[in-house]
Amino acid sequence: MKNLRYLDNVSTLVLDDEKCVGCSLCTEVCPHAVFEMAQNRALIVDLNACMECGACVTNCPSGAISVSPGVG
Amino acid sequence: MDEKDGCGQDGQSTPGVNIMASMEGRGPSCLNVDKDALAGHEKPGFKLCSYVDSFSETHAGRIPIVKSGLGKEDLFSTVYVRWGIRRHDYKVVPGLYGIGHPDRASEVLVTANFKLTFDHLRRALPHISAWILVLDTKGINVWCAAGKGTFSTRELVKRIEACSLEKIVDHKRVIVPQLGATGVSAADVKKQSGFRVVYGPIRAKDIPAFLKNNRTADKPMRQVTFTLYERFVLTPVELKNALKPAFIAALVLFVVSGVGPGGFSFSGAWERGLLAVLALVTGIFSGGFVTPVLLPYIPFREFAAKGIIAGSVFAILLMVAISSAINGMAGFGALFLFSMAISSFLAMNFTGTTPFTSPSGVEKEMKRFIPVQVVALAVSSGLWIYSAF
Ligand code: SF4
Ligand code: SF4
Repeated sequence: MKNLRYLDNVSTLVLDDEKCVGCSLCTEVCPHAVFEMAQNRALIVDLNACMECGACVTNCPSGAISVSPGVG
Repeated sequence: MDEKDGCGQDGQSTPGVNIMASMEGRGPSCLNVDKDALAGHEKPGFKLCSYVDSFSETHAGRIPIVKSGLGKEDLFSTVYVRWGIRRHDYKVVPGLYGIGHPDRASEVLVTANFKLTFDHLRRALPHISAWILVLDTKGINVWCAAGKGTFSTRELVKRIEACSLEKIVDHKRVIVPQLGATGVSAADVKKQSGFRVVYGPIRAKDIPAFLKNNRTADKPMRQVTFTLYERFVLTPVELKNALKPAFIAALVLFVVSGVGPGGFSFSGAWERGLLAVLALVTGIFSGGFVTPVLLPYIPFREFAAKGIIAGSVFAILLMVAISSAINGMAGFGALFLFSMAISSFLAMNFTGTTPFTSPSGVEKEMKRFIPVQVVALAVSSGLWIYSAF
């Protein structure tokens, strides 16, 4: 997907790293490699690749992630 | 498809057979009766699906074993589905199936009941023995169904229970395609069914490698692609969806084109109307086919802007081709703007079909470009009527 990118600075993805328990499920479900694990915490490494599909939100066991497409 | 389809409560599950519909019924998916597979399993009013190879007796009843190879009917249905023809007929009855020689240790692969998804999966498993749990997604593919909420935690839990999966396998694990993750919460499935969700790769063709690799996917297996071919196969439906509005637009164009110095003239409507319809068709071709296929090669991130670029190129080509038939700059301007606006609109429409456009981005793009398209259309109509005088 490197040659196909959509608009920058629009994704409403927010990660609360205080809440992250380091399960790494978000890195598994995200189809755009938005997250990476660093020192047992999830890290957003490519926010602009996020398509707001919500897979990470639905699967994060600690409620550390949110997306709110259509708001704002 | 109602709840009764798929795994029956009585343990007599018959998900491989469909109730015979009326003669013009189900289309090619269930036509051929394989006599050997059905021997001893006949039921009045039921007919074997062409993709079922045999049946396997389990503690939870009789489970159809499907073929890995695709038959002629399957290939036909692919063509039909791509063109959006009788799309609703291409469902697989939800429930449990097997492939190869599945046993109590075999993995359970979860999928959607869209015929193409199902075919794709079984074709990717030529030497694999596994169970295939088909969810009722109303005949829609995994990703779209997950977004719509039919490929869901609830449906998965329900299907696991209905099929008595715990009687079929000794482990407590189901492999869910990664693109289904939007609709499925692994934690909730575990809580409600006892089964642990393992997310499999995005593409069915990676499943053998994923299984061999102890159910781990490497990074490329986890990332979506949107290749030229993947974009190309989506365009027939884009074009088909444009047909009906295009037809109405063409009627309007003929009427508008008839307005001239002497009021309304039929010869004007016909001659000038044809030119306008040519501009319309050019715009549809540019926005509904060329822009999607050449997506990464056209400048700008916004699809509507890509549509303007492609639309302008094709509009200019059209102008050159029909220049002798148009007199005056107003006529040229009208057709150019019209064709370009149509291309931009259809290109923007394609944002709904791609696997990388965020709704927030699409909203931003629409806010910016719909006004541009509307103004272009308004100016174009004005110029077109003016050019008749
Ligand atoms: S919303 Fe989807 S694309 Fe965005 S980070 Fe989450 S999983 Fe990835
Ligand atoms: S899914 Fe949630 S808890 Fe798990 S690593 Fe990602 S952010 Fe952390």
